[in-house]
Amino acid sequence: MSSYEYRRYPYRRPAELDGRSERRPVVIVGAGIAGPTLALALAARGLPVVLLDDDDSVSFGSRSICQARHSLETWDRFGVARRMVEKGITWEQGEVYLGDKPIYHFNLAPEPGHKFPAFVNLQQYYVEEYLYDRCLSEPLIECRFRNKVVGVRPGLQSVEVEVETPDGSYTLDAEWLVACDGVRSAVRHLLELPFPGEVFHDQFLIADIRFTSELPKERRFWFYPPFHPTNSVLLHRQADNVLRVDFQLGRDADPEEEKKPENVDRRLRQMFGPTASWEHEWTSVYTFTCRMMERFVQGRVIFAGDAAHVVSPFGARGGNAAVADVDNLAWKLARVLAGQSPPPLLDSYCNERRAAARENILNSTRSTDFITPKFPASRAFRDAALALARDFPFARALVNSGRLSVPTAQLGSPLDTPETDADWTGGPGPGRAMVDAPVGNGGDDFLVDRLGLGFTVLCFAERAGDLPALPAGVAGLMVAPPGAPLPGWTVLCDRDGLLRQRYDARPGTTYLIRPDRYVAARWRTPDGAALASALRRATATG
Amino acid sequence: MTDAISGALRRSLSLARPDDIYNAIVDAHRDLDDEQCRAFDARLILLLANHVGDEAVIREALVAARDPSRGGAE
Ligand SMILES: Cc1cc2nc3c(=O)[nH]c(=O)nc-3n(C[C@H](O)[C@H](O)[C@H](O)COP(=O)(O)OP(=O)(O)OC[C@H]3O[C@@H](n4cnc5c(N)ncnc54)[C@H](O)[C@@H]3O)c2cc1C
Repeated sequence: MSSYEYRRYPYRRPAELDGRSERRPVVIVGAGIAGPTLALALAARGLPVVLLDDDDSVSFGSRSICQARHSLETWDRFGVARRMVEKGITWEQGEVYLGDKPIYHFNLAPEPGHKFPAFVNLQQYYVEEYLYDRCLSEPLIECRFRNKVVGVRPGLQSVEVEVETPDGSYTLDAEWLVACDGVRSAVRHLLELPFPGEVFHDQFLIADIRFTSELPKERRFWFYPPFHPTNSVLLHRQADNVLRVDFQLGRDADPEEEKKPENVDRRLRQMFGPTASWEHEWTSVYTFTCRMMERFVQGRVIFAGDAAHVVSPFGARGGNAAVADVDNLAWKLARVLAGQSPPPLLDSYCNERRAAARENILNSTRSTDFITPKFPASRAFRDAALALARDFPFARALVNSGRLSVPTAQLGSPLDTPETDADWTGGPGPGRAMVDAPVGNGGDDFLVDRLGLGFTVLCFAERAGDLPALPAGVAGLMVAPPGAPLPGWTVLCDRDGLLRQRYDARPGTTYLIRPDRYVAARWRTPDGAALASALRRATATG
Repeated sequence: MTDAISGALRRSLSLARPDDIYNAIVDAHRDLDDEQCRAFDARLILLLANHVGDEAVIREALVAARDPSRGGAE
């Protein structure tokens, strides 16, 4: 049925079955989106990783299709983002309809000058395939397919993990266990940890179909379309001429009936007209929940991605939040394992990513309530916003067909140094993600390319004498007129002035950027002592 | 939502011809059934809320509309 060829990845008999075993610094459970991304981020920092998955293939079905800029920037560090961009569909525009009339159009990338677009649509099986390929070529990562975690015994300094394979069971001894095993997390169940949240009862039908004719690149969302008059429909393009059509079915639909090919075809026929033709890729009826664990770090066991929190699909926040989680976790875990920071640094992973999950759940719940109003007045206001949107521009901002994923703010983190200068009028403050900008004389050199795996100081200096002393191990990027190189500092060229603009920069403006590309501190005047103290705070070594 | 009464919402009369406006609002509902009234009111509230544009005023009005006894006379 699917045009995607599901490859089987090789199972190899683990050495532990033959009596060889050693303590592993990090064992990751789950090779979905979070697991392989974390494995690559740890291996890039020199750590050996064991990656376990109960299956031997990629995600069944296209599932998460909208890969956001921040995720692409992360994957670019491991050399997989370009492949995703080339294979996927770049889109930045969308259209919202009421009935058969467009009521407004949006553009997610109003400003140029980023290495990556706001979104690339690519099926989850391709994302995972490219991540697996990269993991399999990385000597520090041991991918163990058909290795299912069936037991977890947490200790004070390590965790024992019981794993089932086609050849029998064995025990792995891990300093840290990271559960990236999805919404039905086996590790969470085995440890009997609660997963509180809200259950939604509206049902949706995903029909992914392969089209042969020319397809729209933009996202289209209909409220009350003529071909599905009582509910909403989302249309989105993916790689290989695949379209995602997502029909809201309501609470009372019978999922088994709805999934039948003849019933799906009847809906699609009404939508696309008598001459269109398609083949089915993947069909699924889903409901969803919004849930979040109370603590993402439980002793030596850490939860990331859907295992830790889950949202509705509106806004493409599930997969992208999973990537942001492991981005946040990787550098902290690497520092703790190297003895550079004490284990409490990991508490900040929980604080920061719970704040992000709360924001994602809030946004996703608001979208859900707009798309599926729960009580009559809610529907009345929804319909009022829709009725006004075409002629009253303010009302377009109220129409909520999914607030698409942008990096969440992680405000109030203990790692951040609060601002003391009062005159900021823009740019990312502490707890916010860095923004990309061109930094070279040519067209394809970007700030994201210049951020390494450690901390970076970005300093807008007029004279070399203005530069603060660089703390050990921190990379220095200076934005200065050409021809003023300084030892230890790399000079960036802000040809179009976008860097200054996006960082609200004046001579002296200095940013401390974390390894996960979030801002830890910023100042109007560079000061070596303040920088060193902010760095101690950001690494929990102060 | 905070339900503190901050005093942002005006309590004294600011309409030049209060009877005219009051009756215009009522009359606009005259031939509408309940469902149409609800739709009409929702549109009207959104239009006016955007025009007011002041979050403190709107939040206070929400509290006062829900429970006028908490509106507090000046
Ligand atoms: C129908 C559907 C549609 C979706 N649409 C979107 C969307 O449009 N946009 C979006 O952003 N997100 C979407 N999502 C959500 C998105 O797919 C998830 O947020 C994302 O996959 C989370 O990644 P993860 O790595 O945390 O978990 P997963 O991708 O679920 O990976 C978990 C992995 O753990 C493995 N595993 C489980 N148990 C064990 C065990 N005991 N031992 C070993 N391995 C184990 C599984 O085999 C799996 O490979 C959708 C999900 C579904 C189901």
